[in-house]
Amino acid sequence: MSKIKVLMLRAPGTNRDVDTQIAFEAVGAEVASALVPELLRKEKRLADYHILIIPGGFTYGDDISAGRIMANEIRLRLGEDIKRFVADGRLVMGICNGFQVLVKTGILPGIAGQSAQPVTLTNNDSGRFECRWVYLKANESSPCVFTKGINCIYVPIAHGEGKLVAESGMAEKLNIALQYVDEKGKTGAGYPYNPNGSVNDIAGICDASGRIFGMMPHPEDFIRWTQHPRWTRERPREDLLGLQIFTNAVAWAKGI
Amino acid sequence: MYRVEVSVKEGFADPRSEGLQKDILDLGVKTVKRVKVSSVYLLEGRLDDKELLAVCRELLTDPIVEEYATEEKPAPPGARLVEVAYNPGVMDPVEDSVKKGIRDLGITTITAVRTASKYLLWGDISDNTLESICDKLLVNSVVQHIVARKEAVALPSASYKFRLENIDITRMDDNALMELSKGRFWLNIHEMRIIQNHFKKLNRQPTDVELETLAQTWSEHCIHKTFKAKITLGKEVIDSLMKSTVMKVTQELNKPWCLSVFKDNAGVIDFDGRYAVCFKVETHNHPSAVEPYGGAATGIGGVIRDPLGTGLGAFPIMNTDVFCFGPPDYPYDELPKGVLHPRRIFKGVRAGVADYGNRMGIPTSNGSIFFDKRYVGNPLVYCGTVGIMPKNMGQKGMQKPGDLVVVVGGKTGRDGIHGVTFASGDLDKESETLSQSSVQIGNPIMEKKTLDAIIQARDLGLYRRITDCGGGGLSSAVGEMAEETGVSVDLEKVPLKYAGLSYTEIWVSESQERMLLAVPPENIDRLLAIFNNEDVEATVIGEFMDNRRLQLYYEGNLVCDLDMEFLHKGLPQLEREGLWQPPRYPDPDFPQPPDLKEELKKILGSWNVCSKEWAIRQYDHEVQGTSVLKPLVGTNNDGPGDAAVIRPLADSKKGIIISNGINPKYGDIDTYWMAASAIDEALRQIIAVGGSLDEVALLDNFCWGNPEKPDRLGALVRAAQACYDIARVYGTPFISGKDSLYNEYETGEETICIPPTLLISAMGVMNDIDKAVTMDCKQAGDLIYIVGDTYNELGGSHYYAIHGHIGNSVPKVNPEKGKKLMNALSAAMQKGLVKACHDLSEGGIGVAAAEMAFAGGLGVNIDLKNVPLGETIERDDYILFSESNSRFLVEIAPEHKQAFEKAVKGTNFTRIGRVTEEEKLVVTGKNGKVVLTAPIDELKEAWQKPLRW
Repeated sequence: MSKIKVLMLRAPGTNRDVDTQIAFEAVGAEVASALVPELLRKEKRLADYHILIIPGGFTYGDDISAGRIMANEIRLRLGEDIKRFVADGRLVMGICNGFQVLVKTGILPGIAGQSAQPVTLTNNDSGRFECRWVYLKANESSPCVFTKGINCIYVPIAHGEGKLVAESGMAEKLNIALQYVDEKGKTGAGYPYNPNGSVNDIAGICDASGRIFGMMPHPEDFIRWTQHPRWTRERPREDLLGLQIFTNAVAWAKGI
Repeated sequence: MYRVEVSVKEGFADPRSEGLQKDILDLGVKTVKRVKVSSVYLLEGRLDDKELLAVCRELLTDPIVEEYATEEKPAPPGARLVEVAYNPGVMDPVEDSVKKGIRDLGITTITAVRTASKYLLWGDISDNTLESICDKLLVNSVVQHIVARKEAVALPSASYKFRLENIDITRMDDNALMELSKGRFWLNIHEMRIIQNHFKKLNRQPTDVELETLAQTWSEHCIHKTFKAKITLGKEVIDSLMKSTVMKVTQELNKPWCLSVFKDNAGVIDFDGRYAVCFKVETHNHPSAVEPYGGAATGIGGVIRDPLGTGLGAFPIMNTDVFCFGPPDYPYDELPKGVLHPRRIFKGVRAGVADYGNRMGIPTSNGSIFFDKRYVGNPLVYCGTVGIMPKNMGQKGMQKPGDLVVVVGGKTGRDGIHGVTFASGDLDKESETLSQSSVQIGNPIMEKKTLDAIIQARDLGLYRRITDCGGGGLSSAVGEMAEETGVSVDLEKVPLKYAGLSYTEIWVSESQERMLLAVPPENIDRLLAIFNNEDVEATVIGEFMDNRRLQLYYEGNLVCDLDMEFLHKGLPQLEREGLWQPPRYPDPDFPQPPDLKEELKKILGSWNVCSKEWAIRQYDHEVQGTSVLKPLVGTNNDGPGDAAVIRPLADSKKGIIISNGINPKYGDIDTYWMAASAIDEALRQIIAVGGSLDEVALLDNFCWGNPEKPDRLGALVRAAQACYDIARVYGTPFISGKDSLYNEYETGEETICIPPTLLISAMGVMNDIDKAVTMDCKQAGDLIYIVGDTYNELGGSHYYAIHGHIGNSVPKVNPEKGKKLMNALSAAMQKGLVKACHDLSEGGIGVAAAEMAFAGGLGVNIDLKNVPLGETIERDDYILFSESNSRFLVEIAPEHKQAFEKAVKGTNFTRIGRVTEEEKLVVTGKNGKVVLTAPIDELKEAWQKPLRW
């Protein structure tokens, strides 16, 4: 069959598009990129792709708050297109700034009857941008198609606004896909294992269908062993790679 | 006007307010009990109630954690209120985004946006305390002010009416010439006379813009007069320091992989036959001294544009930054007038560089921070960027007459006017006010968009030449690019941030995030379409000619008509005199302490050696997914790596190693050996991570005092000569460099000159990144070797420093021996025989062994009697802490003992210890007695504590 087609949606300040493209290409997908106006002008059509990814970065400088301006741009001008895209059974993923965008559009958590934006990603408890590696445990009972079969992965974060906060009563309803854990896979390990103070150690969530998924850490930056911070002292472990998330996405998309 | 205040709701974490509260506590103010910071948005225009609600709820306020108010409230009882806004004319960094966000809501009636910060402070706070908090933390008067009354959101719209300004220079006497030059052109009397004679011959007066253009082109910053001068030092006459030292090495070594050196915005070398890599390091010192955040941000923004403006445009793949500050514990009451505290400068610079680099999506993987009290008034901010491009795009392009002059990126404002000439003079306590217009706040997203558009246009071959618009603005960029052809520019076509700029201001403005392209007319439509799609302004402002003249028009009026030959070649070689007298310092006379543990802990905890993790983690070193060796390594990802390694191409295992060498302490004794040591250090780090000397390129960045003072100049000459001598033997050419002179601070009572500071940056090409090695000990039972001789070289060492001495025995370099040793060690590492390797530098064997141990979470035993010595050293403390160059500690698996010894045969090496299970560093002295034993946790704590902010 022909290659799975991925569309990376960019805005000024998107910067992990190259990493994301390399990760998708490594698992056999074909990647195109578009700015929001290119979709509005119909120069590129969402319907031509299987997977929509909003990569990391600092769209519009993260001015006002991270992802806010791109989120409005999408919500107000592309919202219907994205709804149709998802209704067609396709996949949507946001990483880091892309996750912030999906949450601030209200596309995630995508719970029936939710308010416009029931969840947010806000300043890390440390008050600082931080770049460090974190252990993530996948939730076995999550419907998330991106994290299927994954136990624990190890990937970097690089953000200043990654703390997930939910409106009252919402945290319990979230479809948690990934949680920050310690090296033994235990939640509740505190800082720096949970690098931002997210409620319930949440690192990634999905909607009820499992096809819309967002996460703060960067699986695209751990697709080969020599990216691991301790590769010079530890035995290679494929099961820790962030690449599996992309493998899962493409495998699932093949069934569309 | 509408006012919207946004703050964190009660009951939610508010790190911004908590951070400020901690900073206030760090000032020693204990009376502030609570702090609340809010963002204030001022919107000019008309909104109905529904629209205002939409702006507040859907754009400015986070629905979960924030709340807003549209009424201005007085301070609640018991609280003090301070509101801080940007000064008129300072670009508000979020204005554009907020306006876009409002437009996206379908509201088109908001014409201007300004932001401010509102601070509420509770507690028993006197007026004096409040003033001190404002002065030290909340306000930088260079760009901000305290809001005292209701202010207009938008500047009153100014207008400019053209009037040609001629300056009556031909009849001026010397006094009048200097009066004209001072504070505006910074040219000396000889230069002013040359200009005067030129216009006498032309039988006309120059216009103001002609003089500005000459002043910028001839400024120290742009033309490096000192490095090209004829210098007399004793009996020696040096005809151009640049040509006779750093450029000469490169010429003589004549490496085939040097593709474009000393002629473009960055030096270019071959990477793998398909791609070329380039590297440039710049400084942005004076602006960072007065406005650390904005100054440093524009510093990194500027150096990123160097690779982008090299060849036909390189994509930036890595940043490096090296800072020199006054010590963070500098007493407030001893601070010279007009100077910001080093801690504030440090925090501001770090944030400025990180915010810009992170937003650009460039990994910051290497750097260093050096502290000395002489940087208190004049910090140094070195920023470097590595770029990659197809090899066939590595050469500087050349426009053809008829090609269009296209400016792309940001708009032009009054920013940075006279930045270049400012950088060529001393700082003094007036600088803060003098320099207001020189400082600006960067806009990384503008630069990112510009980068994205340029790379697309490059790959389609739409332009013939590119350069960056940096210091000197269009004046330098257009003037330099058009040297060979000539150019005609219509200045009124340059897009402006606001009306009211004169033709001269447009021409010399240093507004950031601009690049200049030479575009064949047939490509212009396609090029403009690309920039339009990326939402970046691109404007044709003129045309390249074939008359070798610089001709500027404003609304059809000729305002500048300069001969390119005079502009670029009219400045005669400067003549200067240097003086070199080696200083003598008292030799230390303290006895060897019986227990060296506390000595080691003091060195580990000194500002220069201690962990910089606090700073490092706030830089993104993972973006682009290229990292191989990160700045922090070891079992807890927190040990000090020697050099950064990246793998720039996903389909190749070739790597790039970036390292740096800097040690101004040695320069206090002799700048020759300081420079030699800096080169040796940068190369050691390349070797330590598994690189080789086969393809290593060097960059020199000199930051010095006033070169018109003979002693400063003498020291500069010696340092440059060492660059030649040492690099020549190591076979490592210089490919680019830069100097920043006049780094002195005038307090009114005295002149504080920075220590002579040379940063050597090295870029090595690595064949196989799988061979990379880190410095952390890997396994108990492994053997520890030292490679290289130890001498009684503690002059300028950290060990002497903690005892209050400088000494005279500065570490020297024997490059013949060093090269042999590095080649042998490199070969052993290529064979996979080395499990860990750490270069010996500040703090010598003691610090290196401690770092290897705690980075690996293992113990290390070392026996000093086996250390190979280059001369007799009786004292254990001197052996342990000597800072001799060209030395390494390496960890070898027992089964590789023989193979390793064979590989490094012919160099001086010995086995001096072992990695142990017990988590302790144990050092045995020459007489067999233990002189140091310390748990690695205790050593690590000493090392991590100082900068755990």
